[in-house]
Amino acid sequence: MSSTTNTPTHHTSTIGSIGTPSRRNTELALLVFAVVIPVFAYANVGLAMEGSVPSGLLGYGLGLGLLAGVGHLVVRRFAPYSDPLLLPLAALLNGLGLVVIWRLDQSERLQQLAERQYGSFSPSAPNQLLYSAVGLALFVAVLVFLKDHRILQRYTYISMVAALILLLLPLVPGVGADVFGAKIWISVAGFSIQPGEFAKIIIAIFFSGYLMVKRDALALASRRFMGLYLPRGRDLGPIITIWAVSLLILIFENDLGTSLLFFGMFVIMLYVATERTSWIVIGLLMSAAGAVGVASFASHVQARVDAWLDPFGCYETSGACEQIGQSIMSFGSGGVLGTGLGQGHSDLIGFAANSDFVFSTFGEELGLAGVMAMLLLYALIIERGVRTSLAARDPFGKLFAIGLSGAFALQIFVVAGGVMGLIPLTGMTMPFLAAGGSSVIANWALIGILLRISDTARRPAPTPASNPDAEMTQVVRPT
Amino acid sequence: MNKPLRRIAIFCGLLVLALLIRGNWLQYVQANALQDNEHNRRISIERYAQPRGDIIVDGKPITGSAETSGSDFKYKRTYKNGPMWAPVTGYASQAFGANQLESIEDGILTGNDDRLFFRNTLDMLTGEKKQGGNVVTTLNAAAQKAAYEGLKERGKGAVAAIEPSTGKILALASYPSYDPSSFAGNSTDKDSKAWQALQKKNNPDDPMLNRALRETYPPGSTFKVVTAAAALENGLYPDPDQPTKTPLPWTMPGTTTVLKNDGNHPCENASLRVALQWSCNTVFGKIGSDLGNDKMLEKAKDFGFTSEHFTPVRANASVFSEDMAPSEVALSSIGQFNTAATPLQMAMVASAVANDGRLMKPYMVDKLQAPNLDTIEQTDPEELSQPLSEENAQILQSMMETVVEEGTGTTARIPGVKVGGKTGTAQHGVDNSEKPYAWFISYAKLSDGSSPVAVAVVVEDEDADRGDISGGGLAAPIAKNVMEAVIGNRK
Repeated sequence: MSSTTNTPTHHTSTIGSIGTPSRRNTELALLVFAVVIPVFAYANVGLAMEGSVPSGLLGYGLGLGLLAGVGHLVVRRFAPYSDPLLLPLAALLNGLGLVVIWRLDQSERLQQLAERQYGSFSPSAPNQLLYSAVGLALFVAVLVFLKDHRILQRYTYISMVAALILLLLPLVPGVGADVFGAKIWISVAGFSIQPGEFAKIIIAIFFSGYLMVKRDALALASRRFMGLYLPRGRDLGPIITIWAVSLLILIFENDLGTSLLFFGMFVIMLYVATERTSWIVIGLLMSAAGAVGVASFASHVQARVDAWLDPFGCYETSGACEQIGQSIMSFGSGGVLGTGLGQGHSDLIGFAANSDFVFSTFGEELGLAGVMAMLLLYALIIERGVRTSLAARDPFGKLFAIGLSGAFALQIFVVAGGVMGLIPLTGMTMPFLAAGGSSVIANWALIGILLRISDTARRPAPTPASNPDAEMTQVVRPT
Repeated sequence: MNKPLRRIAIFCGLLVLALLIRGNWLQYVQANALQDNEHNRRISIERYAQPRGDIIVDGKPITGSAETSGSDFKYKRTYKNGPMWAPVTGYASQAFGANQLESIEDGILTGNDDRLFFRNTLDMLTGEKKQGGNVVTTLNAAAQKAAYEGLKERGKGAVAAIEPSTGKILALASYPSYDPSSFAGNSTDKDSKAWQALQKKNNPDDPMLNRALRETYPPGSTFKVVTAAAALENGLYPDPDQPTKTPLPWTMPGTTTVLKNDGNHPCENASLRVALQWSCNTVFGKIGSDLGNDKMLEKAKDFGFTSEHFTPVRANASVFSEDMAPSEVALSSIGQFNTAATPLQMAMVASAVANDGRLMKPYMVDKLQAPNLDTIEQTDPEELSQPLSEENAQILQSMMETVVEEGTGTTARIPGVKVGGKTGTAQHGVDNSEKPYAWFISYAKLSDGSSPVAVAVVVEDEDADRGDISGGGLAAPIAKNVMEAVIGNRK
């Protein structure tokens, strides 16, 4: 995909496009597993905790089956050539997430904690099921109304504005809500929304559109210095802007995760668009400078770094590392095979056990085996996303797909790495698993978009019209 | 654009790989360390998730378990007659951990011991709940009761009683004591307050101190039994009725200080028997300085001094020093100066004499039982040492019996039973400023020649002036009651 003269009407590229089978039946078969496994898990939790099959089993099974079935039919109808793995993977993760959230709802310790803190306890699982349905509805809407992802190119700059507004909304007094130190929530009509999750997708549209247009300028107009191609000063503008916005998020919203996610996503997309390694080096240097700079000023970030360096050190003194310490002990106590669903004590983590720290419950109750399986499920989603990007025939689609998959990969790394003590803790959610509407809804939309791009990419091309001129107008670049 | 895409794919793969490696590190390599981390509440949750097994005396449990609510610990420990048994059981508290038997045999009591693994696996498969096993002790409830009640009447002190032929511990009492039930839970107002009130800094009586095993007292004249054994064994005075060459007054070698006797007794050139009967400091002080530090230390070690004993609850090491001047050896040999002994140690001395010179290793756990009452481990009696030949032991027995029949220990006489004993009053503190300790060590011998019990009693003396009589007056009646309780059990 090195041609810059492609227009949507010229299907000259041949990568993976001819004769791809639709694989819809494979998807259906996998979906059956994706529904049956969580249903068994649900029964398992009930048997372990109450000694009986939970009464909601049938409803839960039907609900999950219905969601999966609707998803499948819509894909069959509106994106018949799309990737067959993404939907089952998302459904499986969402189903398992629901089971674990329901399991944590049964925890007496968390119920008492909620009663002490808020005066009442309300289970999260029913809400999560509702959010999953809304998420699936958004997924359906994406597939039905977004006939071609390239339409989104038109909204490049509108996306930028929208993303910035979403990102900065939590800072607006009266709308933003400060929840345990991180200002990443807004409160609308009684609902809490984490706008960062949606901004993740919208800003990917902006980056893709922007970089598609500017990539040649960014790639070619550069000077060579110490083996690196350094961009011209004026081309540095965008990356410095994004860097500054990331730092603003970090400083004013105390949100290390979102900040890292945006900057990382931009660097990845910039690198893919320009094929210039120098951008990676510059990006790494800038994030290192930003991280060190902020860490030496913001006490919030400092505390998290301290807790990361020594998870049990501040136990007696401040309790600031209570959560991360508990989380690490959850993983350790699970061991290789885990305690079994419903039989661990991951609720010791406290109030964020079913959201930010939901992965620790998997660690304790499903053990190393379960953790590796979950990570591989995520790895498969990322892999299918990158593959979609590779297969996409238009640069916008390529950039969009890699942006979304890269952001997804970074998010997994940041969240799972955080709760496992690999990197300092950040307040982000594990896609599909964590309790919280924004995350589930936004990630279902993300899967929808990836399916749309992969459908376009894998759709058998009409017999290409012979167009020898197209091959001759390549831009020759120094290598 | 595909080349950088492939690189990004590899990068994403590395991110996931890093997470996988971290997962393996946490959940495989470090799993055990994290499971046993001191901050890991799961350990206590697990420990109290099922009723704890019992500690058993005379076939009856002296512990129990009660279901609790409003806490993540399901069961808490209860104790029957807690203060009396505390020196045996120790405590198991949800908030403050466990000690002594509760801690040492925790694996059996919680059911987590590896030896219960097969059973636990079976239970898991059949859906049975995990259960804890039992610890069957060697103790004698009647003797323990006699010991504890006796101390309660007279004040601070401790009692240790042993079966001489096996080393089985029959009684282990300490007073003042505490009720482990009072802080077995984890409520902040009730249990924490009870715990705080029992701590030494808040309670000068230090009720949580196990005086029978962990406190070393100057043994006073009871140590003369060891000195007498040393004299017999080293051939210094082979005949107990032969006069010793002891002048009166006797000036300690290397000093101008005269060693005093308590009261006006026929101590000049007294025989060993008479010297023990009237507890002559001059005779035993001179024996000690004549034998010298090394021989005295060796004999004390034979009786178990200077090493810790694990019953399996640890008993402190008793003290007999080395590198002392002859005058200091003389003082040490009458149980003063640096000499210090636990009540258990002095009971061991009496039991070695009663058992014809053979000292058995003291122990308090008879066997460990699985939840289905199968025996997992049985403790067999073990010989620790032989501080006396059989002959000399019998000589020493006759001397100790003289003490009880017509000496300072007449208050310990039991009709129809031969009792051998030795009183003691240990002065301590600078210039004897503190209350002395009244000691009595003794054993009982039945008509068939068997000796069912040896006992050591120490009581803090309220009346400091009565000299050597206080051992006989305060401590001996308790020893007598304990011995009677054991003999009564036998009949």
